[in-house]
Amino acid sequence: MSLLEIKNLTAKLAEEDKQILNGLNLTVEKGQVAAIMGPNGSGKSTLSYVLAGREDYEVTNGEALLDGENILELSPDERAAKGLFLAFQYPIEIPGVGQMTFLKAALNAQRRKNGLDDMPTPEFMKLVNGRAKELGISQDMLRRSVNVGFSGGEKKRNEILQMALLQPKLAILDETDSGLDIDALKIVADGVNAMRSPDRGFVVITHYQRLLDYIKPDVVHVLSAGRIIKTGGPELALELEAKGYADIVGKAA
Amino acid sequence: MVMNAITPIRTPAEQALIGAFGALRDSRPTSAALEGLRIDGFARFEASGLPHRRVEDWKYTDLRVLMREARPLAVAPDASVLLAAKVALGRLKRVGGSRIVLVDGFHVPDLADGGALPEGVTVSDLAAAMAQRPEIAALVTGQPATRANIAFALNNAFLTDGLLIEVAPGTELGHALDLVSITSDGAPRLVTSRVVVVVGAGASAGIVETHCGPAGVEYQKNVVMQVVVHDGATLEHGRRQVEGDQALHLATLEASVGAEAHFDSLTLTTGAAVSRSQLFVRFAGEHSNVTLRGVSMLKGRQHADTALVMEHAVPHCQSRETFKHILDGEAHGVFQGKIIVQPVAQKTDGRMMSQTIMLAEGPSMDNKPELEIFADDVACAHGCTCGELDADLMFYLKARGIPHKEAEALLVEAFAREAIEDFGAGPLAVVEELREAMLTSVTDWMRARS
Repeated sequence: MSLLEIKNLTAKLAEEDKQILNGLNLTVEKGQVAAIMGPNGSGKSTLSYVLAGREDYEVTNGEALLDGENILELSPDERAAKGLFLAFQYPIEIPGVGQMTFLKAALNAQRRKNGLDDMPTPEFMKLVNGRAKELGISQDMLRRSVNVGFSGGEKKRNEILQMALLQPKLAILDETDSGLDIDALKIVADGVNAMRSPDRGFVVITHYQRLLDYIKPDVVHVLSAGRIIKTGGPELALELEAKGYADIVGKAA
Repeated sequence: MVMNAITPIRTPAEQALIGAFGALRDSRPTSAALEGLRIDGFARFEASGLPHRRVEDWKYTDLRVLMREARPLAVAPDASVLLAAKVALGRLKRVGGSRIVLVDGFHVPDLADGGALPEGVTVSDLAAAMAQRPEIAALVTGQPATRANIAFALNNAFLTDGLLIEVAPGTELGHALDLVSITSDGAPRLVTSRVVVVVGAGASAGIVETHCGPAGVEYQKNVVMQVVVHDGATLEHGRRQVEGDQALHLATLEASVGAEAHFDSLTLTTGAAVSRSQLFVRFAGEHSNVTLRGVSMLKGRQHADTALVMEHAVPHCQSRETFKHILDGEAHGVFQGKIIVQPVAQKTDGRMMSQTIMLAEGPSMDNKPELEIFADDVACAHGCTCGELDADLMFYLKARGIPHKEAEALLVEAFAREAIEDFGAGPLAVVEELREAMLTSVTDWMRARS
């Protein structure tokens, strides 16, 4: 069974009529890193939000199976508990909610849904401190409110920290490279690469080939006008970088 | 010429209050000082009746409608009432040092707890102090704005007992005083209490009031606290209004703050069916700070009104007013905040904020901020927000697996924490406990929703 199977998915913003996803089909296998590239407005972020369950979007047709189960009827927290993780393009600041409180609530919510007891605090602290250190996240950042006062790079690293703690089955990285300098990009990519495993899949959404130098994809999909119009190997990303999207988009149209 | 007297139509509650006053006057003669206060209070009440929606200050809390009946006056607690109170108090965690207890408005020294009063603190009978000390009698009479208030007038009218708590000049309390005002179970009563707190020059003190009573009983409570913070003194004042769910709770806090003094007050409101918290605070000396804060968490059909008047009567003072409402069900919150800057009060710095989170479609919130500025070199501002929890924040938390109710709780706690966390920046260890207790109450309240 594929890890993620999206069949004929159509979706729109709840308050508008225009379809953004138009019969999208996509399969991600366990152990695979699938890159999704595409021009502005092709539906990349919409796809990530629809999969994560954001309420502003309405699915009008199709299904998305995670491990064979359609997740589109589930609430965002239920999807997360089933092992779906979205690394946000723009991680949001949550004043007044402490980073540790947040991480603990997230981790324990997932454990409870999976029939486990809450993680004892000392064990939790050790786990967070260990992961944070690997990602260059300081103790000071852990003491602050979630993402408050973090730089763009710090926010992205914080997303990866959350991913490392929650150990999802399927992680969607939505333009995780945007706003990152090369050093930060390397740290984030190392964090992702460290989590690659035969049981886990990644969907890496990006505009640019650059990220894929650091997170090597197994397969590259090109998204345009809400559909996958071309699928290939890593060389497809290089081709896009060289020629731009216009060529491929034009041929598909 | 003899004019026909106009006979106003009295509601049953007003008639009962008038009757109760007469009976009280006949049965409990008191000292001349108290008697004068009672007569004055009653005359004011008799002239205006219960305030209703056409009285501007009471527009959102129409007592004629909300107080249909007046309960019989509470009587001094007997042995069985005291025993029950003792049991109830045992369940109420102390959030300070020495505990002072009022049962049905009557001071009960036998129920004091938490060790002897700290050195420099005295607790005495208010009527006796009024008789001997003109300055105390004058203080109890109240400032003009307070005196004109009908809840205060009614408190005066039914005043038979009161407490004077004094903190000697220069005293530094390590723990706040824990003042508990508990209403007994059984037939509903009208409870009246008066506490006067005088913090001497240069002293530093804290006091935590807790108002509680039985669930399911329609008791009525009218409490007044009058505070004087003398020059160079600090008072941290906490208030937990956790009355029974059917109670009517009217509270008046009057404070006069001297020069280079600090007064910080935080009220948490979760109890009572109908409540009104009135604050009349006045700067009497220069270079002082006042912070007034409140967190009200209301559900069902609860109604809670906060009505504050912050008067800058002298120059160079700073006031901050921060009030938060968290509303669920069909609850009704009210915030009326008035900052008055007198002509002499140049360099006044006042900032008032009211923020509300609606957790459902049903609640309503009324905000009435007022700035009356008669000086020309001041900085005064007010702000007001009202809305649901931010959908983007909710999605972020839920995308991390946090269930809806828990995500709401995290955000509401963060919202309330803003008003609570820097309360009492002073050295008192107790305020730490109070802060924690209040945050726990917020968490418990949110948990009880789901």
